[in-house]
Amino acid sequence: MSARRPSASERAASRRTVVAFLVSAAGAVGFAVTYAVGGDTRWEGVCLAVAFAGLAVGLAIWGRRLVPVDGYVEEHEGFAPPPTEQAMTAAVLAAPDSPVRRRGLVAALGLALSALGAAALFPLRSLLPFGRADPLQARRDTPWGPGVRLVTADGRPLRLQDVPAGTAVGIFPEGHLDTGDGPAFAVRLDPERFSRPPSAGHVNGLVVYSLLCTHAGCPVRIYLKGTGQVLCPCHQSSFDLLADARPVAGPAARALPGLPIEVGPDGFLRATGDFTVPPGAGFWSSP
Amino acid sequence: MITGRLAQALDDRLRLSPITRRALVKVFPDHWSFMLGEIALYSFIALILTGVYLTFFFDASSADRVYRGAYAPLDGATTSAAYASTVRLSWDVRAGLLIRQTHHWAALVFVAAIVLHLARVFFTGAFRKPRELNWLIGVTMLTLALANGFTGYSLPDDLLSGLGLRIITSVVESIPLVGAWLVSLALGGEFPSDEMIPRIFVAHVLLVPAVLVALVSLHMGILVRQKHSQFPGPGRTEHNVVGSRLWPSYTLRTLALFAWVLAVLFALGGLIQINPVWLYGPFEPAQSTAPAQPDWYVAWGDGALRLFPPLEFRVAGHLVPAPFFPGVVLGGLTFLVLYAWPFVERLRTGDRRQHHLLDRPRDHPVRMGIGVAALTFYAVLTVAAGDDIIARLLRVPIYDLLSVFQVLVLVLPILAGALAFLTARALHRGGAAGVGELTRADLRRAAHRSPHPPEGEGEPETPALDRPGERIELWPEGDLWRWRYRDEARHLVIGGNRALRSEEEAISASRLAYPRVDRVVVPGPPPAPPPGPIRAALRRWGRAAAVGSLLLAALVEKRRDRRERERVDGPTPPEPAEEAPTGDGRT
Repeated sequence: MSARRPSASERAASRRTVVAFLVSAAGAVGFAVTYAVGGDTRWEGVCLAVAFAGLAVGLAIWGRRLVPVDGYVEEHEGFAPPPTEQAMTAAVLAAPDSPVRRRGLVAALGLALSALGAAALFPLRSLLPFGRADPLQARRDTPWGPGVRLVTADGRPLRLQDVPAGTAVGIFPEGHLDTGDGPAFAVRLDPERFSRPPSAGHVNGLVVYSLLCTHAGCPVRIYLKGTGQVLCPCHQSSFDLLADARPVAGPAARALPGLPIEVGPDGFLRATGDFTVPPGAGFWSSP
Repeated sequence: MITGRLAQALDDRLRLSPITRRALVKVFPDHWSFMLGEIALYSFIALILTGVYLTFFFDASSADRVYRGAYAPLDGATTSAAYASTVRLSWDVRAGLLIRQTHHWAALVFVAAIVLHLARVFFTGAFRKPRELNWLIGVTMLTLALANGFTGYSLPDDLLSGLGLRIITSVVESIPLVGAWLVSLALGGEFPSDEMIPRIFVAHVLLVPAVLVALVSLHMGILVRQKHSQFPGPGRTEHNVVGSRLWPSYTLRTLALFAWVLAVLFALGGLIQINPVWLYGPFEPAQSTAPAQPDWYVAWGDGALRLFPPLEFRVAGHLVPAPFFPGVVLGGLTFLVLYAWPFVERLRTGDRRQHHLLDRPRDHPVRMGIGVAALTFYAVLTVAAGDDIIARLLRVPIYDLLSVFQVLVLVLPILAGALAFLTARALHRGGAAGVGELTRADLRRAAHRSPHPPEGEGEPETPALDRPGERIELWPEGDLWRWRYRDEARHLVIGGNRALRSEEEAISASRLAYPRVDRVVVPGPPPAPPPGPIRAALRRWGRAAAVGSLLLAALVEKRRDRRERERVDGPTPPEPAEEAPTGDGRT
């Protein structure tokens, strides 16, 4: 519109903008080529980054050097509408209608809507598992029970001598390798060293405890055999197996639940009941 | 022009030109800190784009599936379909890993930008009336961003995210009365349920993003309606917005920012490995990895879980387990305070006026102190989430470090808050330009209770009255009128953002923007085009260019003289067309 010729700085800026856009185009082509020849995550990322960075630089120079920046003012009307406006709106809302009293209508409408709202909550029940015990009972129960054999991660039943001293062996209830609350571990300890007898008892020093930390439910996978302690890798709670798995450090407050075991007639280890208390993190009705 | 015709056609049917005109000249104030929200918006767009791509390859199911593909250690392994498809997406789908890593990085940047934006809004008091509504929406979007970050992190069904999900489940379970029911309702059973992954997937790709999109639109709609707040400065009042117009300057620059965000995200996604789920292995209830750290934005919760002492109690025989306090109470309190802050502050200060000019952070030492203390608290918690790694690096016993953190998390926020409070007060009272210029006297004065009555309450909203040289200039331009604000003392000229139909309209617009400034009508277009506060560099270049062009002109003139002389000497008459000095005349 104006007959003004571009100044030297404007010409330089436009040159740099063009160069930036060319670089961007080169980056895009580079991405396409990288993808086409087999794709390498790093080169794809770099090419796309170059493409967008070129675009960004070009647009930024354009927006800063070649068009008017700053120096404009727009008035601000404020948000309190003039009283007349408010009165007019109120008048529209209170437009005349039938002389029937509104209160009865509104009350009935309110009743209908609340009933609908309440009814709409019912299908939410379907999100809970049907046909099983209520969540609290399900939370308490585990697959363990009298006669359930102890198996290892690959499903093999366990004999007493399969647990060498100095290692913690992961234990599952037979037939339930994937349940969340079943995992336990077996450790062979020297009964002489027990500072507090295991509440679930032991078989020749072999004790079995739930694997789930009583703090937030992570598996306590780290066994420090010298001290007879297990450590949770999530929040560093540690439990002393020599003292009935009481928490000794970290944020856990309750002992690991023990599993009562015996040697079955077939020579394999089996549980004589469920854990002493529900395993995992605490909840409202945990005993 | 095709675009011109199309615009004409649309305008003929929708009468868009009046709206468009107003929209295009909308003024946005310029400040770097106003870009933080934009970065959040653009990372959100990047999240949607990359996320949609990922859904084509991700299989949200816990069903068994055999992985066969390029990642040899897992080739032939039976895992959940979610895990197997994630590994396939990373190793066998071309560009899949780039998009997946970019998606994850974008999530981290998204939350980071939101948090920084929140801090900016907090410390500048931008949440005050009339912007409380947008504050509430913003805090809601932060919670949704956290939720969606966590659900997305959980989807691959790998060992690390499975542990995270288990911890969150335990935290929810700790809620009195309803905890176990809530977990069951959300997961359709006990923790590692088969419905878990599909439900999280629906929440992650549909429910939460839909609400986020709605809230983002609302957030920006309100922003446009209320106009952006601005920092105080010459020519800026409670009744105007000074800055760049939406078209073309602001549009170009915000698109540049969009491209920058994408460039950084793709560079991160391509070059820096994130969440290599194939190394963690699939989730198994009896397995765990160490060290186990979550994404940065939930680390504060993890840190709190680590630091909170093993305190539990029973209510009428019912257990309130330890994770309830650092998990549920702290999280709930955090967002409760965030939601309530604008109203608490209004109650405390009794300030019910509308504010469109921002505070400088130093203007409110109490707010500054509380804000810095809170940030320090969450920063310590975040660092504490890595205590096992720090202990290994420093070779100190983990439980000693834990005790140190337990002290730090209580002491450090108080110290940092007090320091921030005093610094802000010293800056506010002493008038030093920055922290580096503070003198001992400033600090001493800050330590005392208000030495002089608080001035600054009811500060003048407009530039001081009776300042000589401040005026509004109006002039006709064809049928239209334009106006501008001029401050002679500061060499400041700010142009009205649009042409108006009549002198009256121009007067009323300028009166709204500058209520108590004299108006004069200047004849014709004013001497210089409205330049705004000219950047020094630009001016220097301009001057250099002017000198250069003068020289050039002299040179050209000289050459033309010579040519003319030659022509006079020669037989042919001069052709006028060749002498046109600029290229404008041609075609």
